[in-house]
Amino acid sequence: MLYRENGQFKTTYAADQQTFPIAQDRWAILAILAFAFLGVPLFVDEYLLRAILIPFLILSLAALGVNILVGYCGQITLGAGAFMAVGAYAAYNFHIRIEGLPLLLTLLFGGVAAALVGIVFGIPSLRVRGLYLAVATLAAQFLTDWVFLRVPWFTNYSSSGSVSVANLQILGWQIAEPIDKYLFCLSWLTVFALLAKNMTRCAAGRQWMAIRDMDVAAEVIGIRPMVAKLSAFAVSSFFVGIAGALWGFVHLASWEPAAFSVDRSFQLLFMVIIGGLGSIMGSFFGAAFIVVLPIALNQFLPALGRLLGVTVSTAGVAHAELIVFGVLIVFFLIKEPHGLARLWSTGKEKLRLWPFPH
Amino acid sequence: MNMRQIVIGASATAAVLSSLFNASAAFAQAKEQFFPVLVYRTGAYSANGSQWANGYVDYLKLTNARGGINGVKVSFEECETAYATDRGVECYERLKGKNGGGTVFQPLSTGITFALTEKAPVDKIPLITAGYGRSESQNGAVFTWNFPLLGTYWVGADVAIQHIAKKEGGLAKLKGKKVALVYHDSPYGKEPIQILQELGKTYGFDVLLLPVAHPGVEQKATWLQIRQQKPDYVLLWGWGVMNSTALREAQATGYPRDRMMGIWWAGAEPDVKDVAEGAKGYSALTLQHGAEPGSKVVREVLDLVYAKGQGTGPKDEVGQVLYMRGLISAMLAVEGVRKAQERFGKGKVMTGEQVRWGLENLNLDQKSLDALGFAGVMRPVQTSCLDHMGSSWVRVHTWNGSKWEFSSDWYQADEKVVRPMVMLASSKYAEEKKLKPRTPEECRK
Repeated sequence: MLYRENGQFKTTYAADQQTFPIAQDRWAILAILAFAFLGVPLFVDEYLLRAILIPFLILSLAALGVNILVGYCGQITLGAGAFMAVGAYAAYNFHIRIEGLPLLLTLLFGGVAAALVGIVFGIPSLRVRGLYLAVATLAAQFLTDWVFLRVPWFTNYSSSGSVSVANLQILGWQIAEPIDKYLFCLSWLTVFALLAKNMTRCAAGRQWMAIRDMDVAAEVIGIRPMVAKLSAFAVSSFFVGIAGALWGFVHLASWEPAAFSVDRSFQLLFMVIIGGLGSIMGSFFGAAFIVVLPIALNQFLPALGRLLGVTVSTAGVAHAELIVFGVLIVFFLIKEPHGLARLWSTGKEKLRLWPFPH
Repeated sequence: MNMRQIVIGASATAAVLSSLFNASAAFAQAKEQFFPVLVYRTGAYSANGSQWANGYVDYLKLTNARGGINGVKVSFEECETAYATDRGVECYERLKGKNGGGTVFQPLSTGITFALTEKAPVDKIPLITAGYGRSESQNGAVFTWNFPLLGTYWVGADVAIQHIAKKEGGLAKLKGKKVALVYHDSPYGKEPIQILQELGKTYGFDVLLLPVAHPGVEQKATWLQIRQQKPDYVLLWGWGVMNSTALREAQATGYPRDRMMGIWWAGAEPDVKDVAEGAKGYSALTLQHGAEPGSKVVREVLDLVYAKGQGTGPKDEVGQVLYMRGLISAMLAVEGVRKAQERFGKGKVMTGEQVRWGLENLNLDQKSLDALGFAGVMRPVQTSCLDHMGSSWVRVHTWNGSKWEFSSDWYQADEKVVRPMVMLASSKYAEEKKLKPRTPEECRK
């Protein structure tokens, strides 16, 4: 009744081709954005911002990048953590080596560096696919781990191998308070999510999807696999690199290569799989599931224990958190193998027919 | 499951969740000094981490059993970090504002310490890193909020070399020797590299760097290199399972254990007890104390905490090396609060800023240590605004196959070596961060 597109006539091509053709979607997105930019800063406390929302935003951005590669172009990657690391360390080096380089450019250059590295590690995708490609991208992970641990130049000869940044600002706007950091990350995410949404609807995105669905057929109809695959690697790594730079600069402020270990790569891949392959919305669901759920469980379980009158030990909570988290992953994958995004779209379908389902 | 059920289920969960959080907020009482406890009882380093955590929490319980800090009761809450930096940061954010605000944080992870070093000045909460953390944070003029009390890795590395020199018969005998550093490949393991290289240059010995990747169970290649290069001594900068693995590998390659020396994080019962006889002769530095099951404070913990069934961990681990480290770490924090109360009002709850003053003016002489039950466990500590470490006494203890025994006299780090490095590194940090080091006038405030 509420979610129905009847009566919304498109009279121009522009109206038909807009990003969100259904008016309700448009309004919903605008409302969410308005709430995120204006409402959230009013309501949430520092803990929520620093420990949950900022990591969620940054990892959503990274998941978007991974989704472009894995979900849209069908190239499985286990090297997402590596590209985050490249983004973070490249941005760090631009930051300390070029005096007075604006922060925006620093982060963008970090992304560009990640994109270049992404292209290099995308080359094997021209020959191998599937699981073999996943293993090839794992090489990127181990190589970057090694490089940032072993080559002291990248960490500016820091004795402990840990680097840190401070005094972030754009045109006099000090990004120091959690609320500033939140808005800063949110702006990046908004721009890049719109970019991704549109990219997947244009020629490049259609090429990626053609390659994903059947690369031989795509080649026959005139899509060059090399261009399509490498562009997917470049764009994906760019996104992931920016996310890595934000993770280092804004979230951690001081980091070591362990922040971008192989665990991070797996985490990002799981986000995309659980959230929904080939769906922008899915990246957000996946990120929320992986970032927020463990922390929520960690706080919920002791509280539940108190309610029932039992004291749960810290170790018990940590183990239970893993167990419940694992069970939920299995549950969702069985119930909806196409990810949380599919649940969402099923919900929307139902809403269209409501209150008179077939 | 249809949509309706999902919606109903989700809203019901949300309702329960929010009521629970409100309930937990009601638990908070303003009249208690709140100690956030970052621990890792799970993960690759849990065996070592939980002993420290048990000691830490037991001391807080003991403080309450003794009647609090001048009457102010202590409250605490644990948060599991699993030794991961991002989880540690989350725990810090979660606990820092709870129950009237966190008093001090002790993350027991050099990686987390690095991340929190950036946050502590903003939130005005001191950071105690007894025996770990950034070595240059000893300089309180730059690192206003960091307290690497009792010792840093630079102290440890310097003393390790002193001990080796003594065994060889003098610093001059070090010339041409080869010392291998088998280290955990993280900020923790990398801390001593700089000073070892410096000392190597001064005394003419070679330093061989052998990193071991987290968590440290894969060391075959490392020990192959040791077999090939035949270093005269091996320094072990490991943590958790890495230590016992290193000792097993040493046994397998036939490297003499009495030429191996660990840092104080590689010299506790979990590191050697599985290797038992194989680790005989292996020695490790101590952060002043070893295993102290006979000390007065341990007896008190057993009487006042364990006898009432309130013990945190297994009773037979009370008094072991890492347990004592936790106990001492908590004691330093509690004494910081007590010192702060002397100035800002006895029987009041102290803020992070006030506790920092207390930690900065900590003066635990022999008499107060005796009163606290730490006689024979540790030596007096006195900090100042410029020196956040307090003391640098170190002993060496050796595993005899069934327990740790002290095998050396007291050492103290060579100020002539450590101090210039601290000043150099901290001024570099200040420059990078555009910080102005505190002047002695500001210190008096």
